[in-house]
Amino acid sequence: MTKAPHLLKGSMTYDTAPEAGHDRALRHGDGTSSGNRMVEGPAGRKPRKALSRRNILIYGTLIVVCLYYLLPLYVMIVTSLKGMPEIRLGNIFAPPVEVTFQPWVKAWAEACTGLNCDGLSRGFFNSVRILIPSVILSIAIASVNGYALANWRFKGSETFFAILIVGAFIPYQVMIYPIVIMLREIGLYGSLTGLVIVHTIFGMPILTLLFRNYFASVPQELFKAARVDGAGFWAIYFQIMVPMSLPIFVVAMILQVTGIWNDFLFGVIYTKPDLYPMTVQLNNIVNSTQGVKEYNVNMAATILTGLVPLTIYFISGKLFVRGIAAGAVKG
Amino acid sequence: MSAATRPARWHRNISAKVAAVPMIITAVVVFIGGTAWTVLYSFTNSKLLPREKFVGLAQYERLWSSSKWLISIENLAIYGAFSLVFSLLIGFMLAALLDQKIRFEDTFRTILLYPFALSFIVTGLAWQWILNPDFGIQHVVRSLGWESFNFDPLYNPEIVIYGILIAGLWQGTGLIMCLMLAGLRGIDEDIWKAAKIDGIPMWKTYLFIVIPMMRGIFITAVVLIASGIIKVYDLVVAQTGGGPGISSEVPAKYVYDAMFLSQNLGQGFAASTMMLLTVVIIVVPWAYLEFGGKRK
Repeated sequence: MTKAPHLLKGSMTYDTAPEAGHDRALRHGDGTSSGNRMVEGPAGRKPRKALSRRNILIYGTLIVVCLYYLLPLYVMIVTSLKGMPEIRLGNIFAPPVEVTFQPWVKAWAEACTGLNCDGLSRGFFNSVRILIPSVILSIAIASVNGYALANWRFKGSETFFAILIVGAFIPYQVMIYPIVIMLREIGLYGSLTGLVIVHTIFGMPILTLLFRNYFASVPQELFKAARVDGAGFWAIYFQIMVPMSLPIFVVAMILQVTGIWNDFLFGVIYTKPDLYPMTVQLNNIVNSTQGVKEYNVNMAATILTGLVPLTIYFISGKLFVRGIAAGAVKG
Repeated sequence: MSAATRPARWHRNISAKVAAVPMIITAVVVFIGGTAWTVLYSFTNSKLLPREKFVGLAQYERLWSSSKWLISIENLAIYGAFSLVFSLLIGFMLAALLDQKIRFEDTFRTILLYPFALSFIVTGLAWQWILNPDFGIQHVVRSLGWESFNFDPLYNPEIVIYGILIAGLWQGTGLIMCLMLAGLRGIDEDIWKAAKIDGIPMWKTYLFIVIPMMRGIFITAVVLIASGIIKVYDLVVAQTGGGPGISSEVPAKYVYDAMFLSQNLGQGFAASTMMLLTVVIIVVPWAYLEFGGKRK
């Protein structure tokens, strides 16, 4: 009994703080384990030397790969902080000699696309105006769909769901034009509302799948109890399902915000030039054939466009991974 | 008893049905209806507007004799083959490295996955800049003293698709790595212990025991990569715009150009139907393998 706290402490240093006192912890671990092995068997993994050839190989490879993955971000940031003369003379990997934020200001407010010279700000606000209703509408509809499919199956509901999932594999190109015609018929072609509807439609398969699987894992007893109490479809949805499923709503939100923000194809097809989302505006600025290419402005604009999904990515951490895993692995 | 509950249940199901109306409309009208409409109109000679003048397979004959389409298909095949192989290979190897009970796993994973949060437009523009021969890698290596160094994939029609591949892999491998990592975590520890006791070397354990056990994950990854490949559009638009000339065209871009730039709807419909056909050829065997076996 007296040995227990000591043991616990030993194993804790072993797991949580192996960085600085790794060697010490190892020796310590070796010393104690020989005494205890008889009683409890070997606990934890076999201690290894910190600088084994194996570790150098693993960490070395990972660090090199990570540097490669970080390279484009680094080059973009560095380029965006240089003046054009420095870019023409220097190399793209060198840090800026003279840091200037002028390219960022220009990218945001003045850069020209060939159609207008409002910079990215116009695209940014368009994207926000597309993003917010699209995210809300698509999640609202998909969650209700998922709820109906999980708890209120009716004749044919599984068939419609199967069509929806198969539809997720159909290339967008096949459905682009019929949707143009439908939107034109109801007078929404070229408007932000039309684009919101398109995002809702194409987000539906994956989100419905996500919500259906989640709601199906909610204990059925809860649902039955509520029904016995006389709660109907909407009452159960709003008072039980939604409050219980906040994590999945967050996952769906992450999925949709990144997806819709990064969309290019739908934006360019279903809106007019003055309503283009940020990605389209960005592409038009950078690949505009008019004028002298200002690489620093282009890179600042590129980072600005990537900033929203990147922020979400870094804040959400594991939830993002969960979102894409849920999105990727079929139920 | 049952007679008393049935009307109530029927009544409740009404709200479920009403709630499912958007899903039903999407599934039936947009997905089935839209697809059928496009396939049907690919047999017409629609130009600026859809017309019901059927011309048989004329659009397809034109399509397959168009050099732009043939280049698109060739590019898609090259991009697809390399993208598939390298995504799986790199994704699996990175996942295996991260699975070695290493420290800072979260940091490494965060770095490897962040490109996936970026759009293809951002990815394409970033790599367009790095691969720029006058300023990017080629310029840097040349200024280090290797004057004859040549690396300008985006300006060389022969290799432009590989330049796009570099960017595509940078963006997408993180996702595959995450999938593979989830798969590796699902492998029972005892398998590893047993392999160790039997003295099987690590690479053999991976190759002959672990990978076959991860069959499901690999199939999912392949389907995911494949459906991403066929959709590739934004990346090309941002990085090269299809150039130089038409050397980096892809089918999705062919469809967009035909429908919205050159007012040649029939060609667009025919090309998109070909894309659909490709997907069917990929997905149907997969669906059969995945779901067909279970429904005995």
